[in-house]
Amino acid sequence: MWPIFDYGRFVSIISSSDVYGVVWMRSLAQLHKMANLRVLVGVKRVIDYAVKIRVKPDNSGVVTDGVKHSMNPFCEIAMEEAVRLKEKKLAKEIIAVSCGPAQAQETIRTALAMGADRGIHVEVTGKEYENMTPLHVSKIMAKLAQDQEANLVILGKQSIDGDNNQTGQMTAALLDWPQATFASEVTKENDHLKVVREIDGGLETVKVTLPAVITADLRLNEPRYATLPNIMKAKKKKIAKHKAADFGVDLTPTLEVVGVEDPPVRQAGQKVESTEELVAKLKDSGVV
Amino acid sequence: MAMRRSHVIRYALEQYKSYRVPNAAQSLPSWYTKGTNGSLDSWSRCVHGSVALTQKKAGRVPLSSERFPQLKRGDFARVTDGDLQVFERLVPSRVLTEPGDIEGHNVDWSGTCRGAGQVLLRPKTTEEVSAILRYCNGRRLAAVPQGGNTGLVGGSVPVFDEVIISMSLMDKIISLDEISGVLVCQAGCVVDKINEALEPHGLMTPHILGSKGSCQIGGNISTNAGGLRMLRYGNLHGNVLGVEAVLANGDVLDCLSTLKKDNTGYDLKQLFIGSEGSLGVVTAASVLCPRIPGAVSVALLGCDSFAQVLQTYDAAKKMLQEILSAVEFMDRASMEVVQENLQLTCPLGAHRYYLLVETSGSNAAHDEEKLNSLLGHVMEKAMVDDGTVATEPSKVQSLWALRENVAVALRADGCVYKYDVTVPMSRFYDLVTDTRERVGSDATRVVGYGHLGESDIHLNVTCPQHSEDVFDALEPWVYDWVAKCKGSVSAEHGMGILKRDYLYHSNTGPAVLLMKQLKERMDPRGILNPYKIFPD
Repeated sequence: MWPIFDYGRFVSIISSSDVYGVVWMRSLAQLHKMANLRVLVGVKRVIDYAVKIRVKPDNSGVVTDGVKHSMNPFCEIAMEEAVRLKEKKLAKEIIAVSCGPAQAQETIRTALAMGADRGIHVEVTGKEYENMTPLHVSKIMAKLAQDQEANLVILGKQSIDGDNNQTGQMTAALLDWPQATFASEVTKENDHLKVVREIDGGLETVKVTLPAVITADLRLNEPRYATLPNIMKAKKKKIAKHKAADFGVDLTPTLEVVGVEDPPVRQAGQKVESTEELVAKLKDSGVV
Repeated sequence: MAMRRSHVIRYALEQYKSYRVPNAAQSLPSWYTKGTNGSLDSWSRCVHGSVALTQKKAGRVPLSSERFPQLKRGDFARVTDGDLQVFERLVPSRVLTEPGDIEGHNVDWSGTCRGAGQVLLRPKTTEEVSAILRYCNGRRLAAVPQGGNTGLVGGSVPVFDEVIISMSLMDKIISLDEISGVLVCQAGCVVDKINEALEPHGLMTPHILGSKGSCQIGGNISTNAGGLRMLRYGNLHGNVLGVEAVLANGDVLDCLSTLKKDNTGYDLKQLFIGSEGSLGVVTAASVLCPRIPGAVSVALLGCDSFAQVLQTYDAAKKMLQEILSAVEFMDRASMEVVQENLQLTCPLGAHRYYLLVETSGSNAAHDEEKLNSLLGHVMEKAMVDDGTVATEPSKVQSLWALRENVAVALRADGCVYKYDVTVPMSRFYDLVTDTRERVGSDATRVVGYGHLGESDIHLNVTCPQHSEDVFDALEPWVYDWVAKCKGSVSAEHGMGILKRDYLYHSNTGPAVLLMKQLKERMDPRGILNPYKIFPD
């Protein structure tokens, strides 16, 4: 956390003949003001949205073995926003975090190729991973945000497998930080963020002080593809490995999935020859 | 279609990534609206025009019989009421004569060729096709077999008043042998539907093309369609194991073998592959279907010189070998057209040439290792200036969309002159640069893209509306250029009616003579798809 420093008064104390000292202090001040965000971005590994989903025969879940996974699209948007903040010199470090099995490292590598500086992999496997819920993830994220001294956490608004839309909100609550969810535009103004949110009624603009949690909505930005030079560079960046226990988080499930089913197959419609027939059919089915 | 886990999210993502061809060019070429006298004089000079337009307004496309006035109607009978009664007996309740029902079948996909067919027949079985042709042959009625009507050379629509035989109702899959991968199906099966049916068995068609949602396997066979997978899986001459066709006199030729090896006599099925329905109507086929690859990756690479492109292609062949499944080429102009007209995003900056390299294999880790070493190599040796790679299906589709939608994007420019030619690899892009010089600023755009792996370039020149100057500059100059380097004037699209004048550009006299003799032997009355392929 950067202390709120009144640079103006500090500068006036230095004698006016010490011009270079003043300039140096000023630019340092500006630098501090500018790149003072350390951003924590959560990236989740989910089944790729172009893949056809199959429900397991025992209805306990969906088939994930051998199925192509990729980064959750909203996490990509969150990652892109963090990279753009860094390009605008507003963020000085981006840390990409993922909770999951060993393959989650691929997702972190993608985030590194997009522009994250380092990665953190919280390894959760097997049954624990299947039963992991947003509450567990948000506890880990909150602890990480404190440990890493992050002052901005950007998450996707929801994951396309869980569709919970809870992690961002819970993380903010656990940290007691303000939250700006469904962000479609983020601007930094002095020491707070101006965020335009997409809500049912239209667009809402809020001001949040830092530190804060933001969740990214679809129209926040269009994520970049990782280009080859960056993919090569990403191979050298570090990914630290941890377990959930390292953060004092207990992964005992709080929810039980009772069953997963396909949605009902759409029934064929019926063609009728006349209005009378239509009315008769409607009456028969009890609709009219 | 993928099942949607979250309908809202998927819908939102689709909307986000979706595009609409803007209704930019409402103006049709001037010869559409001009009277008979002025515009058709210019057309009478040439029998062909490789012109495509934004909107197919059937009623406003000039009839081919008027557009090509020197084309004379053959010595065929005309359809009478008596004939209609017979047709009704042969294919009950599947005889269409209402203009509203037939209009769409009289105009081709590109909206340039319109026939005056009066009757549309929709048989369901080979026996019905046989009965129809036997009758037509006896009466000397000309017939056009029609599949998905997605051809680009006017080969699938009547020129005068030929009877249209639509294969659309013959869409049954007859059998599938999972172990050998042999599929037997009727000719009217739509390629997309075939793939849907094959998918649960882990198989796919050996060929795939942009029109897969509408094109039918019978039509693909009749035009020897190439497509995007040809580099890896070969062409239909190799993948089609058997064909059942009905000859002009109604005889059913059953060469519907499912054997991969059968060297017993002349391989007659090859006659029907690529002969554009002129030697027989394909009614069923057996196709060898490969397995769906477990791992597909795509790399989009940007190069700034053509020498780099060729070096990269060479490196790809050497280092990817058996997993290489497609190498597609786009120039800066074709990338610009998809960005401007369809608002698609290119992940790379502006480069002069783009290469899309696809790998397909059974083991993702193995393929990624090979692909990464190729990418490291081409970056290191500066064969490539920038690139990106994708392994997730969603990103793979996005990258392919850049290449697959060039044709769609070009339509928004207005009038498109399309040329699909095979040229020697070393001169692959020269045709485009020469064309650009030749048409100068008269054209909106000159783009070149295509299948680098098969040395097949699609040259497209666009103008806001039909321009006599541009058209005259292009034809026959493009075809002469191709003939000079012994290339093919029609790599994949066939001859149809639009390219028939150029048959001799890529074939010798004796070869064409033998083709004509075969045609006369198999169809003595010339009723099958007349006026196509051969110049008179």
